[in-house]
Amino acid sequence: MAARKTPKTSRNPDLIRGVGKYSRSKMYHKRGLWAIKAKHGGVFPRHDPKPQAPAPVEKQPKFYPADDVKKPLANKHKPKPTKLRASITPGTVLILLAGRFMGKRVVFLKQLPSGLLLVTGPFKINGVPLRRVNQAYVIATSTKVDISGVNVDKFDDKYFAKKVEKKKKKGEGEFFEAEKEDKKALPDEKKDDQKTVDAALLKSIEGVPDLKAYLAARFSLKAGMKPHELVF
Amino acid sequence: MPFKRYVEIGRVALVNYGKDHGKLVVIVDVVDQNRALVDARAMVRSQMNFKRLSLTDIKTDIKRVPKKRTLIEAMEKADVKNKWENSSWGRKLFVQKRRASLNDFDRFKIMLAKIKRAGLVRQELAKLKKENAA
Repeated sequence: MAARKTPKTSRNPDLIRGVGKYSRSKMYHKRGLWAIKAKHGGVFPRHDPKPQAPAPVEKQPKFYPADDVKKPLANKHKPKPTKLRASITPGTVLILLAGRFMGKRVVFLKQLPSGLLLVTGPFKINGVPLRRVNQAYVIATSTKVDISGVNVDKFDDKYFAKKVEKKKKKGEGEFFEAEKEDKKALPDEKKDDQKTVDAALLKSIEGVPDLKAYLAARFSLKAGMKPHELVF
Repeated sequence: MPFKRYVEIGRVALVNYGKDHGKLVVIVDVVDQNRALVDARAMVRSQMNFKRLSLTDIKTDIKRVPKKRTLIEAMEKADVKNKWENSSWGRKLFVQKRRASLNDFDRFKIMLAKIKRAGLVRQELAKLKKENAA
């Protein structure tokens, strides 16, 4: 069959749903089935199945369960990252609403493949490092920072994964020693990453008057502020 | 005690409820005890309950139910827009709207400015106190 150039439309328009305009005999004529028959000497062309190599003989399995076991349907669904709110674009100043940095105003860098937002203080201004944050715990303000000088390609969820250590077998005396090594120093590589990201950001932040002090200050609700009436 | 602002043909009123909230309209006719026919440059002439109108001090000189063009000319002649924008009521409304539309960053900048101004005022006050005490 030659490939159809025009999209498949029915030659039989609907009068109303379920009732076509043309009868069976009219449609036979419209579709040109008489012409196909004439071309093949009064009969419809037969397409015999192509000769196939005989399929290999399948042996019966040695064991099968007494009752039929239902197989669950295959789920090929791949999760997408959370839909980003339209008000959050790279460079937006966000207000964190929960966690250790509650109330801090922070610059949004990009959305990671897991859906979380990559965010930085910058660290020098308000102590918030490169961090992941959930969109639900964030207020987006309409203040934007110029983020064009920053390269955030290297950051993804794996960068923030916890380092897994080999577990040692604990004897009784070793319990007290294990508690001592709680805090691990931050690897230098992460400190350098922070510095490079922040260097470009700081330049664009210092270009706007008062923006640095703004990012350093925490947000809080004061008397008379009604959140549903505030414009952020 | 006596009333100063009357409902009359040509009285400019502020709409305080509904779809046209915040608009200045001119009373063009009175329908009955509760309703008036109002009109403005940017709206279709319609009836409105008096409860939705707040009367202002401004009046225009028109006859009952003028044509739209005549109405617009009369409003220009009475200089409704400028009179409103320079009146204290008009200025207050504008400030309210401006405050409501402030950004979080704007509010921060205003806070800094207020602190600065208060600091300057206190400096001057301290100076004056010292002069007086001396």
